[in-house]
Amino acid sequence: MTIVNTIILLCAIGVLAALALYFVAKKFKVEENPLYDEVEAMLPGANCGGCGLPGCRKLAVKLVDSPSLEGLYCTVGGEATMDKIGEFLGKKVQSKEMQVAVLKCNGTCAKRPKTINYEGISSCAFAATQLSGDTACSFGCIGLGDCESVCQFGGIKINPETKIPEFDTSICTACGQCAQACPRHLIELRKTNKKDMKIYVACSNTDKGAVARKACTAACIGCGKCAKVCQNEAITVSNNLAYIDPNKCKLCRKCVEECPTGAIIETNFPPRKKKEETNE
Amino acid sequence: MKTFTIGGVHPKENKLSSGKKIERSPLPEKVIIPMAQHIGAPANPIVAVGDAVKIGTKIGESNGFVSASVHSSVSGVVEKIDMMPDFAGFKKQMVVIANNGKDEWEESIDRSSELNTNLNFTAEEIKAKIANAGIVGMGGATFPISVKLSPPKDMVIDNLLINGAECEPYLTADHALMLEKADEICVGIELLMKALNVTTAKVGIENNKPDAIAHMTEVAAKYQGIEIVPLKVKYPQGSEKHLIQALTGREVPPRQLPAFIGCVVCNVATTFAVYEAVEKNKPLIERIVTVTGTGMQNPSNLLVRIGTRISDVFAAIGGVPEHTDKIIAGGPMMGKAIQNIDAPIMKGSSGLVCMTEQEAHRKKESNCIRCGRCVDGCPMGLEPYLLYALSKQSMVNELIEHNVTDCFECGSCSFSCPAHKPLLDYIRLGKAKAMQQLKAEMAKKQQSENNKN
Amino acid sequence: MLTVSPSPHYQSDTSTTKLMRNVLIALLPAFIFSLFIYGISALILTFTAVVSCVFFEFAINKWLFKSDEYSIRDCSAVITGVLLAFNLPNTLPLWMVVVGSLVAIGIAKMSFGGIGCNIFNPALVGRVFLLVSFPADMTTWTKVSDYSVDATTGATPLGLLKESILSGKTVPQIELPSASDMVLGNIGGSFGEISVIALVIGGLFLLCTKTISWHIPVSVLGSMFIFSGIFYLVNPELNANPLFHICSGGAMLGAIFMATDYTTSPMTKCGKIIFGIGIGCITIIIRRYGAYPEGMSFAILIMNALVPLINKIKPHRYGS
Repeated sequence: MTIVNTIILLCAIGVLAALALYFVAKKFKVEENPLYDEVEAMLPGANCGGCGLPGCRKLAVKLVDSPSLEGLYCTVGGEATMDKIGEFLGKKVQSKEMQVAVLKCNGTCAKRPKTINYEGISSCAFAATQLSGDTACSFGCIGLGDCESVCQFGGIKINPETKIPEFDTSICTACGQCAQACPRHLIELRKTNKKDMKIYVACSNTDKGAVARKACTAACIGCGKCAKVCQNEAITVSNNLAYIDPNKCKLCRKCVEECPTGAIIETNFPPRKKKEETNE
Repeated sequence: MKTFTIGGVHPKENKLSSGKKIERSPLPEKVIIPMAQHIGAPANPIVAVGDAVKIGTKIGESNGFVSASVHSSVSGVVEKIDMMPDFAGFKKQMVVIANNGKDEWEESIDRSSELNTNLNFTAEEIKAKIANAGIVGMGGATFPISVKLSPPKDMVIDNLLINGAECEPYLTADHALMLEKADEICVGIELLMKALNVTTAKVGIENNKPDAIAHMTEVAAKYQGIEIVPLKVKYPQGSEKHLIQALTGREVPPRQLPAFIGCVVCNVATTFAVYEAVEKNKPLIERIVTVTGTGMQNPSNLLVRIGTRISDVFAAIGGVPEHTDKIIAGGPMMGKAIQNIDAPIMKGSSGLVCMTEQEAHRKKESNCIRCGRCVDGCPMGLEPYLLYALSKQSMVNELIEHNVTDCFECGSCSFSCPAHKPLLDYIRLGKAKAMQQLKAEMAKKQQSENNKN
Repeated sequence: MLTVSPSPHYQSDTSTTKLMRNVLIALLPAFIFSLFIYGISALILTFTAVVSCVFFEFAINKWLFKSDEYSIRDCSAVITGVLLAFNLPNTLPLWMVVVGSLVAIGIAKMSFGGIGCNIFNPALVGRVFLLVSFPADMTTWTKVSDYSVDATTGATPLGLLKESILSGKTVPQIELPSASDMVLGNIGGSFGEISVIALVIGGLFLLCTKTISWHIPVSVLGSMFIFSGIFYLVNPELNANPLFHICSGGAMLGAIFMATDYTTSPMTKCGKIIFGIGIGCITIIIRRYGAYPEGMSFAILIMNALVPLINKIKPHRYGS
């Protein structure tokens, strides 16, 4: 009998507690614009800060409250998400060009030999304060993985053979966290297209050509041949370093062929047709 | 015996070059003199490529209140003025001077080795001579001395303390100087007393140098107001704050200068340089460097011209010893490991320690066992295990709350950890983040105050 | 190629393994003494406890944590095994010892993350678990009379005290062992309880090698002495004298070896003293007013729970 009494008593406590919770939840409910919840549900929920606001909820609030969607863009959700939200709220979406992160350094272990043995914690930010790098290039990638650990989407991996990061552009949302984390500012968010075809100078070394080349076989020596051959005036050489403006570049690839050290990188292009030998 | 009360560790002393007489290192073919060998703004070069210079010619002018001037340490021609890497690989502006071998000195410099005991200078004259000679703290901190001798007007100085502790293992430069140049050091102390307008000075010397204590006591008896105080051997006794506590019992409040509690601390090598500057008009162009290591045949105290390349210093004594895996500029607790052996010796380079393969590598790290040795060892009364954990998680507000900015990176925590955890590495990282945040907050506060006005 | 690493470039010679080794050496006198008194059964019990502790740590590390590191290399599992064995009666069935080891290592140590992460002292958790689960087996003791190898079942001094008081006797009427008997080990109890002098020798070794600091042992024993002394002075009929208290039961073993366990004790000197005083007072209270005759294990575990709070006390900061 005591067992039956106990069960009844516990059930009664349970029901009372449930009722109490229900009434409290109703009475103390915070009234918010229901649109906030709906727009937040449409956002990816990564809370990465790529939009410049702290968290998806804050972006949802701003999207609902602002008169226009100018300056607000979720790089993780991309066009699809922004279009959906724009349609739902009845506001025009500002289209943003597609961007991905690139590393302006191609100093792999093979190309840029180590000159000293670094023993310290695996933090690029820390190593950058202690020494100018464990190779002869004091501008290049330190390779300890600050970018890898800061990427929330798992889009960056330090290749154990080359010791520089590789970016998975299918995952990259251009949130910019890796660019902020790199103490040498080697990561750039560069304009790209749907096929992720891009051309960029994978070097940040501003030392004189001979010095840079001695440190790394893939260094930009500032010879200027790329600038000469570019027909769109997209390339500028300053401080012994070339830079390709992604807005002017027409992806013709002439500079890639011309570069004597292979410092300019092209990604996701179809293989070139072989030149036929002509007898002059 | 007097000592500081909080923390402290006992690393192996390894004073291999103790008792060795100071030897003159041969003059190099060229010297590379950095414009930034001190805390504060780098000096501005006042020579151009092709200029002829003599030993003691000013080549860099002090730039601002906290800055120091730089002088040529050889006679010859300026070969290059360029951004060149220092021993950690960071590029700094440096002046390269090719030595013409003629050993030409500036006329104003008195080259005799007689002891000058002339104290007929005013405080201002002494400070001006020190500033002109480019003297900075030679214990390693490299703070411009003329600035130290001019504390803010509301701070009254009543204590001059001379740092003869030399608590870092291996280093014996100050020890050798105290044995061979005790009179000159005492005259330097008298000059500093005059510059600060105090009548007494205390010299703290660690008890592992009994011959230096005895000799300095004997010599100081001839001068007025100089007291030699033996100190217990404990690292980091040579730290400014801890020397002040051991010699006067006072503690410097956080984020304040020692002048706030009436104390000014000066290293013995710096005091000797002050003597040479005031009595002999000789600027800071050379210093004693302890070149040592367990693998070294002949560890010694060498008198080296500022700007001599480290590779040249080694070449003159038979090269870097075999099986050397690490060369440290300074002592093993706070010194920096050298990346670039062609970098120059600077005003603050007190030693070159060569570590063999067995000594050079860090031991394998294991789990923190919460033994508390780091807390026992920290001379500032911090909790390194906690700062380490907070720094790993980037919890900057908590780091500031736990006083991470008090840390002066002495290394006692990492030294005493039985699990060989890189405590100081993460604390440094945390400190940098904390300083960044504090600076940003100060700037914001300043801006909001400006907006109000 | 030169090595470049941040300062300091010196590391002290101590390591976790060396510290654990020192503790093992310090436990040797007590172990040898118990071998002498209890013979081969002491060896078998200790051996079983050590082997099962080491095996469980190895197995959990390899197959649960899937780690390549051999955490057993630092000998801390060996110490847990030895300390656990020192807390058990020598007649305990070996399968219970294995269960105790599993609880000590598996639950009290590894489930928190391994060495350095646990809150409670593993050996004590194992012992208390066994005490609560198998009370009869855990309270059967053999007594040795005058160092002979023949053993007869009897109670430990504390057990004798508790039972006699509960049955109405007053303290002067109970035939408690003399202080010299307890110091030298002419009493019944677990290996770690019987010889005070063997433990003290071990403790002095630890102090000389700077493996432990004096703060915890002195504050535990001192507070036990003073607190029980106050009780004794107030009512000598119902309370034993303070010397009896610090020489009996796990007081010496607890003060020198259990309470000083690095992971579960405070980090600052001031914190250690507070910790020790807490242990001392709680032990006396449990011994006097509690149902159990021995209170040291529970006292240490209770104070272990308070250690994170005690660690909030900051050490004296320079310049403040």
